[in-house]
Amino acid sequence: MAIANNRLTTEQYQQNFSDIHPPFVNKSAALVEANRCLFCYDAPCTKSCPTGINVPKFIKQITTDNIKGSAHTIFISNIFGGGCSRVCPVEKLCEGSCVYNLLEEEPIAIAKLQRYATDKAIEDKWKLFDRKPSNGKKVAVIGAGPAGLSCAHVLSREGTEVTVFEKESKGGGLMTYGIAAYKVTPQFCEEEVEYITSLGGIEIKYGQELGKNISLMDLQRDFDAVYLGIGVGVARQLDIPGEDLEGVVDAIRFIYDIRTKGYPAVTVGDKVAVIGMGMTAIDAATQAKRLGAKEVTLVYRRTEAEKPCTNVELDIAKLDGCEVIWLAAPKEVKGENGKVTQLVCSRMQLGELDTNGRRSPVNTGETFTLEVDMVIKAAGQVAFETLVSGELLQNNKGKILIDTNGATNIKGVYAGGDAVNGGKEVVDAVQAGKDGAKAILSYLENR
Amino acid sequence: MADISSNFLGIKSPNPFWLASAPPTDKKFNVLRAFEAGWGGVVWKTLGSQVKNVSSRYSAVDFNGGRVMGFNNIELISDRPLHINLEEIAECIRLFPDRAMIVSLMADNDRKSWHELIKKVEDTGAHGFELNFGCPHGMTERGMGASVGQDPGIAKMVVEWVMEAASIPVITKLTPNVHSVVPTGKAVVEAGTNALSLINTIQSVTGIDLDTLVPNPYVAGKSVFGGYCGPAVKPIALKMLATISQDPVTSTVPISGIGGVSTWKDAVEFMLLGSSTVQVCTAVMKHGFRIIEDLCEGLNNWMDEKGFSTINDFIGKSVPTLTHWEDLDINYHHVAHINQDKCIHCGLCYIACEDTSHQSISLTYGKPYNTYAIKEEECVGCNLCQLICPVDKCITMVVQRKGDEYVNWKEWQKRGLPLNDH
Repeated sequence: MAIANNRLTTEQYQQNFSDIHPPFVNKSAALVEANRCLFCYDAPCTKSCPTGINVPKFIKQITTDNIKGSAHTIFISNIFGGGCSRVCPVEKLCEGSCVYNLLEEEPIAIAKLQRYATDKAIEDKWKLFDRKPSNGKKVAVIGAGPAGLSCAHVLSREGTEVTVFEKESKGGGLMTYGIAAYKVTPQFCEEEVEYITSLGGIEIKYGQELGKNISLMDLQRDFDAVYLGIGVGVARQLDIPGEDLEGVVDAIRFIYDIRTKGYPAVTVGDKVAVIGMGMTAIDAATQAKRLGAKEVTLVYRRTEAEKPCTNVELDIAKLDGCEVIWLAAPKEVKGENGKVTQLVCSRMQLGELDTNGRRSPVNTGETFTLEVDMVIKAAGQVAFETLVSGELLQNNKGKILIDTNGATNIKGVYAGGDAVNGGKEVVDAVQAGKDGAKAILSYLENR
Repeated sequence: MADISSNFLGIKSPNPFWLASAPPTDKKFNVLRAFEAGWGGVVWKTLGSQVKNVSSRYSAVDFNGGRVMGFNNIELISDRPLHINLEEIAECIRLFPDRAMIVSLMADNDRKSWHELIKKVEDTGAHGFELNFGCPHGMTERGMGASVGQDPGIAKMVVEWVMEAASIPVITKLTPNVHSVVPTGKAVVEAGTNALSLINTIQSVTGIDLDTLVPNPYVAGKSVFGGYCGPAVKPIALKMLATISQDPVTSTVPISGIGGVSTWKDAVEFMLLGSSTVQVCTAVMKHGFRIIEDLCEGLNNWMDEKGFSTINDFIGKSVPTLTHWEDLDINYHHVAHINQDKCIHCGLCYIACEDTSHQSISLTYGKPYNTYAIKEEECVGCNLCQLICPVDKCITMVVQRKGDEYVNWKEWQKRGLPLNDH
């Protein structure tokens, strides 16, 4: 057993990381699907989209050969409409509420149609938005992720000059760095950021990190308002013995490496345990398998009924050959010569309801041992508590507190996205960015 | 098993489905394939003076992803040499003696030309003629086709010439490009035609290419009005057919119905309004001759279910139910009812009623699914919601008569009953 990189041939890597939801092969295929849409009124799909995309309208526009109009309909609500068409868990959002489900029929392939329209816009660099004349205001946005760029795009359209500060070397945030590569390629993420900023009025300064190169105080001085879209980043520690052994990695880092270093460069074990059952855990487990791990086991302390990921996501992992152990919590990582050899788990059972209404796992005292050479931690992320406290932002364990208007406790400083909610979908962050921009515009107008 | 065979003025066919005079019937190759597939008869594509066709010839109207809801052509009558057509007609009759062979004719506009053409075609053994008084393009400029059918006087004259020479049944095909088909229908019946057929194609512009800005079909930068047919024209054809079936003069002769027949249901509708046989073209041009199988099977099953043993049992049966507006029963009233178990909450009924009708549907907000219900006191029973609802039998119309008595408009006025519902 060993951790190694370069396990597969170039062709195998290509195949394993190719698009899991390929686009329509041509216009005719898209039209067959688009014409199935009933064009519902006050449509359930639209109501189920956190950004409220007018789904029936954009699908109708595909059927009338008005693809520009269709892309505009999507982007006016969600400037990350291209990326979201690839990464949204649509089975619990728009497609999950499509009325066809009530006829026990396949829902409209909304994501695929959304990709059809937005891909054309991004590929052909359609200019779908104009900026209003300058309002003379300058806003700083921290974080070029979905929340930050969504906020920046709205602000710029309204005539504001926006400077985005990004600690990484690329924009897109978790879309670029934190999602399985078979869902959205790093190259697409780059094109998407380029398309968003092609509006003008948005300058991204890379390698700029809050608390290091920049401070809130400086930004407050130099700009009329500040928006914080700094996300979450730190993987939650397991706080068990052996966590520092070689071979214990956090899922965020693992996925980051896959997306930045190239597949052959990323090391993976023969036998891998993944702790957690959220979307990130699934992305880590499936990609470990796709990098060439022989066995991958997902370990989750509750049962399938409480899992945070969707059924569709779990099915991807199962179809990739990942094993799942329910009601198991990591107790200790054991190793030899400083390297992981075993994961000891406690058997759990379900107890009382917790504050979220889920039954809490209770330790039975029994244990079992998995022979593994790699442990990937995907038990959630924690917010940047030290950072936000250091900037004197009111927070709850690092999650920035905002009022109903998106404003923080500091005048002129707004926040949204994962930094506030602790980690939700990309599409939630996009909406948070729009809400933040609206609040900032109103603040600037009334100041 | 019902008997679906047809006897039209002594012209027998194993089923009432004939192929209309058109490209599918313009040569032996196609007609033999049609007979092999099971078609009951054909109307051979119009014979007449020699012509030259253009390229392109067809265009279509698509709807919501479906192809060829309506079809349009600018083709002329047969462009093949007459003697070849005559030889092939005789050959087809010899090979399939149990099928109906009608030959469509459009001679030059003089008595001698008609007489000569009739003689030549009768020599083939054909069972009947169909006079093409309907072609709306190309031939009209030469005083033929629709220009004959649009003028009852000329049509009558030509039919008289034909009846002088013909010894087999004569069907006169009517053009729909008139305000009413009845005047010409009457004129040709009075002139002795043995039967009528309708409708020919309707003049149309199917659409314009939004890049070249030239209408379809495209011929070297230009287009012309064509003849429209296919499913889109069926309702118009049925209406015209009904007027012929209702008129005391034209209803004395049998009718062969034409106009957008695609399925056995369409065919039954034509027959219920008085067609003894039906003719099909666009549907086979889209799908090929194989559709005859379901036409026959569907008709047969329907007749069995309804207890009709021959087609004569139901031909014309719906004609008396088409009345005049002022004879409708004003006391009849029905209202929509939404079956909540079947409703999928698409909201299509609501928005149609709210924006365009009588605001008779209530919306109770839900996320993601709203609930919709009928406000019976507001509902006028227009059917719009039921027509729009995508779910079978989700919206039904429930009878709630305003009174037991039949009261029509004339009676309503006479009694001075209240007007203005809203």
